[in-house]
Amino acid sequence: MLLSDASTSHSLFRRIHLDPPLLAALLLLAGVGLVILFSASGGSEAQIWRQLTRLGISFGVMLLLAQVSPDTLLRWTHWIFGFGLIMLIAVLIVGDVGKGAQRWLAFGGIRFQPSELMKLAVPMMVAWYFAEKSLPAQTRHSLVALAIVVVPTLLIAKQPDLGTAVLIASSGLFILLFAGLSWRLVGFATLLALPLGWLLWQFGMHDYQRRRVLTFLNPESDPLGSGYHIIQSKIAIGSGGLYGKGWLNGTQSHLEFLPERHTDFIFAVFSEEFGLMGVLLLLAIYLLIVLRGLYIASQAQDTFSRLLAGGLSMTFMVYVFVNIGMVTGLLPVVGVPLPLVSYGGSSMVTLMAAFGILMSIHTHRKLLKN
Amino acid sequence: MSHKKNKTGYPQRLLFLKLLMLLGVAALFWRMGDLNLNQREFLQGQGDARYLREVSIPAHRGMITDRHGEPLAISTPVESVWANPPALAQARERWPELARVLELEPAQLEQLLGRRMDREFVYLRRHINPDQAERVMALRIPGVSLQPEYRRYYPMGEVAAHVLGFTNIDDVGQEGIELMLDQTLRGTPGSKRVLRDRLGRIVENVESIHEPRPGDNLQLSIDRRIQYLAYRELKAAVNRHRASSGSAVVLDVITGEVLAMVNQPAYNPNNRSDLDSSRFRNRAVTDVFEPGSTMKPFTISAALESGKYRPKTPVDTHPGLLRLSGYTIRDSRDYGLIDVSTVIQKSSNVGASRIALSLEPQRLWDVFSRFGFGYDSGSGFPGEAAGLLNAYQEWRDVEQATVSYGYGLSVSTLQLAHAYATLAADGQQRPVSLLKLKSDNLPKSRQSIDPAIARAVRGMLELAVQKGGTGTRAQIAGYRVAGKTGTVRKAGVGGYSEENYISIFAGMAPASRPRLAMVVVVHRPDDGEYYGGVVAAPVFARVMEGALRLLDVAPDDLESLRGVKVARAEGVR
Repeated sequence: MLLSDASTSHSLFRRIHLDPPLLAALLLLAGVGLVILFSASGGSEAQIWRQLTRLGISFGVMLLLAQVSPDTLLRWTHWIFGFGLIMLIAVLIVGDVGKGAQRWLAFGGIRFQPSELMKLAVPMMVAWYFAEKSLPAQTRHSLVALAIVVVPTLLIAKQPDLGTAVLIASSGLFILLFAGLSWRLVGFATLLALPLGWLLWQFGMHDYQRRRVLTFLNPESDPLGSGYHIIQSKIAIGSGGLYGKGWLNGTQSHLEFLPERHTDFIFAVFSEEFGLMGVLLLLAIYLLIVLRGLYIASQAQDTFSRLLAGGLSMTFMVYVFVNIGMVTGLLPVVGVPLPLVSYGGSSMVTLMAAFGILMSIHTHRKLLKN
Repeated sequence: MSHKKNKTGYPQRLLFLKLLMLLGVAALFWRMGDLNLNQREFLQGQGDARYLREVSIPAHRGMITDRHGEPLAISTPVESVWANPPALAQARERWPELARVLELEPAQLEQLLGRRMDREFVYLRRHINPDQAERVMALRIPGVSLQPEYRRYYPMGEVAAHVLGFTNIDDVGQEGIELMLDQTLRGTPGSKRVLRDRLGRIVENVESIHEPRPGDNLQLSIDRRIQYLAYRELKAAVNRHRASSGSAVVLDVITGEVLAMVNQPAYNPNNRSDLDSSRFRNRAVTDVFEPGSTMKPFTISAALESGKYRPKTPVDTHPGLLRLSGYTIRDSRDYGLIDVSTVIQKSSNVGASRIALSLEPQRLWDVFSRFGFGYDSGSGFPGEAAGLLNAYQEWRDVEQATVSYGYGLSVSTLQLAHAYATLAADGQQRPVSLLKLKSDNLPKSRQSIDPAIARAVRGMLELAVQKGGTGTRAQIAGYRVAGKTGTVRKAGVGGYSEENYISIFAGMAPASRPRLAMVVVVHRPDDGEYYGGVVAAPVFARVMEGALRLLDVAPDDLESLRGVKVARAEGVR
C-alpha cells in the first residue's frame, strides 16, 4: 500500500523517512560550504576534517529525528519545552561563562547549550498549543502563544545571546502567523514595537549590544573597533564584483583583513571569490530548501505538523537573511552563522534536527487516506 | 484537520509569508547589487588601500676606494627588525621569546614598546646580521617585520677613520668624506608595490615602480699603503713620546693630491659605541697651531723676492737676542754673522726677525698669502680651518718680527703641507685634492713664487737636514731630503707655556726633483724630548722613505747608500 504513488527508489527513501529533494539540496549546500571553507580557512585540512565530522553528526541526527513520527513528537513536546525552560533558568544561575556570555551548562565533561534545544522546543510548543484549537487563532489563544515565545526569548536575550533570541522569537511568531494571528493584533504589535524598542534600548540592552547597533548605523564612526568587521566585510563583498576574484583568490580574506572569516563572516569570502553570480546561486539553493520546506508544510496532514513545518522553514530563511544582512551591513552584527556553510557551531546539529523533523512530517503521511 | 476546510486561513497565510520571504530576498539582492556593482570601485579602492602598499627599497651607498681601487668604505646588507606595537601586543606571551632571539633584556623590550603603543612602527633592533634576522622571523610572531638596510664597513678601521668619517645608523654621512660628498655617495631608494597582510607582513611583490639607484663610487687620492705607513709611524711616535695628539699629511707635490692624512688619537669607525667625539676630529684639517720655525722658508722666500737678499747675503744675529718694545727674541745661542742659508740651517729667530723687519710688511704678507696662509686649502673637507694671518696693516714691529719665525699666526697641518708642496713644485700651486685626479686633467695651477726662489729655498732646506742642521734625523738613505724643524711653545691662557711644546717637521723629497711633501706635527710630547728634530723628524724619515720606495721613485743620492744601507734597513723595522 505504500507503493501506491511512488517508484521503488522513492519507496526506499520513504522507508528510511528521507525526502530526496530536500536531502539533495542540503548536501549541495554542505558541499558548497566545504569548498568556501577551504579557502576561508587558508587551506586548512584540519578544519575541513572537523567540519566534515560535524556535518556527519548533524546528518546523523537528522536521520534519527526523521524516524520519529510527528505523533510521538507531539506527545513529547511539552516535556521537552519544560525541560528546556528549566535548563535556561539554570544557565542564568549556574551557567558557564564563555566569550562574555552565560550560555552553557556543564554536565561533567559535556557542555550543553539549552538555547539550542529551545530553537526547536519553542516552535514545537506553539504548534502543540494550537494543535487542537480551532483556527484561525482567537486573540486570547494568540496571547497565550505569545507568552510561550516571549518567556524563553527574554531568558536567552539575558544571557546575552541576541542572535539566538531573534531566531527563537521569529520561529514562534511565524507559527503564530501561520496559525492565523489576527491582522489587528499584528498592527497593534507593530505600533507597540516602537516604544518597546526604545525601552529595550534604554534598559534591556548591554553596552556591547548598543554599540553594535550604533556601529551598524554608522560603521565609519569606529573603523578600528567595532565598525571594523562591517567595513572589512563590505570591502570584501564589493571587491568581488559580478563574477568574483575566483576561488582562493580573495585578498581581503587571505591577507587576514577580514575577521571571523571562516565563521560568521564566511559569506563575505564567498562573495569576494564568486561575485554576485555566485551569491545568486547560493541564495537559489537556500530558496530551494525553504520552498521545499513550505511545500512539505502545505502537504502536512495535521495542524501540529503543518504549523511546525512552516515555522521551521521560515526560521531557516531568517537565519540566512540575518546572516547575509549582517555581513552586508544591512542588519546589526548579532552573531548568526550562515547555515551549513559557516565553520563549526552546535547550531548545525539543531538545524539538521529541524530538517529531520521536516522529513519526518513528510514521510509519515498516511497516504491511503489521501 | 478542521483547518483544512478553512480556505481563507492557512493558504492565505502561506502566501503572505512567501511574499515576506521574497521581500527579504529582494532586499538582499538589492544590497548585494549595490555593493557589488555600484560601490564596487570605491570598495575595491578601499580594499587595495588596505593591502597594497608602496614600500621603498634601500639603495646602497657608493663604495669609497683608495687611489688604486682598494676598498676603504663598503656597504653590506643587514636587516633591521621593526614592530607594529598594537599587533605585537596581542601576542604578549611571546615577548620573552622574542627578546631572547633579539638579544635584548625582556624589560628593555617592555620599555621599548610600552611607551609606543600608539605608534605603528617601532624599531626593535637595528642592523642585525641575516642569520639572526632569519631566526627572528622563524618565530612567526605577529606584528614583527624586517626592513633591509645597509651598514657601512670600513676595512682599514682606525687608519683611515678621520679621512673617511662615518655614517649614522640611517646611512647618512656624519663626518669626513662621508659627510663632504654625502650627495654623491648616497643612493636613490627605489620603490615597489607589495601585498601586505593585516600584520604588515609582505606576502607578495606585485611590481617594481622604480629600481633603486646605488650611490656613486668615489676614488680617493689616498694611497692605502702610505696611509697605513704614516698611521703606524705617527702612532708609534705619539705613544713613545707620550704626546697628547698628532697629525701627519703626505701630499703629491705635482698634483696636490693627499696621499695620506692621519691623526692621533683615532677611533675604530666600525665600532664607535662609547667614544668621546674629540677622537672623531680630523685634526690635520680642523686644528690650527702656530707653525714656529717651519714658517722661516716663506720669510726667506719673501726676502729673496724683494731683491734685497740672496742666499749668501750676510745677516748679523749678534748677540743672539733682539729686543723690540719690551719683547725679547732669542736664539738658542749667538750665531754671530751668518748668511741667509745659515739662518734656515741653524733656525735663527733673530736672523729671521732682522730680515723680516727690513722688508715691506705688505711683501711679507703677500708672499705668505700666496703660499696659502690665511686661506683654506681648497680640499673642501668639512670643518677645514683656514688659520689666521692678520692683515699687515695691523702689524706692529713685534708682530712683523714674530710671524717671520711662525708666532702670531696659525695654520693647519694640511695648510703647512700645502705650502711646502708649493715650494717643492717650484712655486706651482694646485688646490689640495682628496679625490684622485686624472693626470691629463689637473686643476689649473698658480705660480706662487718664482721657480728660482723656490729652488734656492729648497737648497737651504737641504742644508737644514744635513750635518750641522737641526733636522738631521729626517735623512733618508738614497734620497736627498729638504725640510725644516719646528719646536713651538704652545700658546695657552696667559702666554706661552714653558712645558708644553709642539714638535713639527715639514719637508720634501727627493730634494733634486721633489715628488712628495710631508708635515708631521706632534702635540705636547711628555717624555723630555720635544725638539721637532727629535720627535717629528724621525717619523718623517720613516714614512717618506717607505713612501718613496712604494712609489718607486728613483734615488737621487746613491752616495749615501754605500755603507749605511744595512743600518737604515734596521732602522725602518
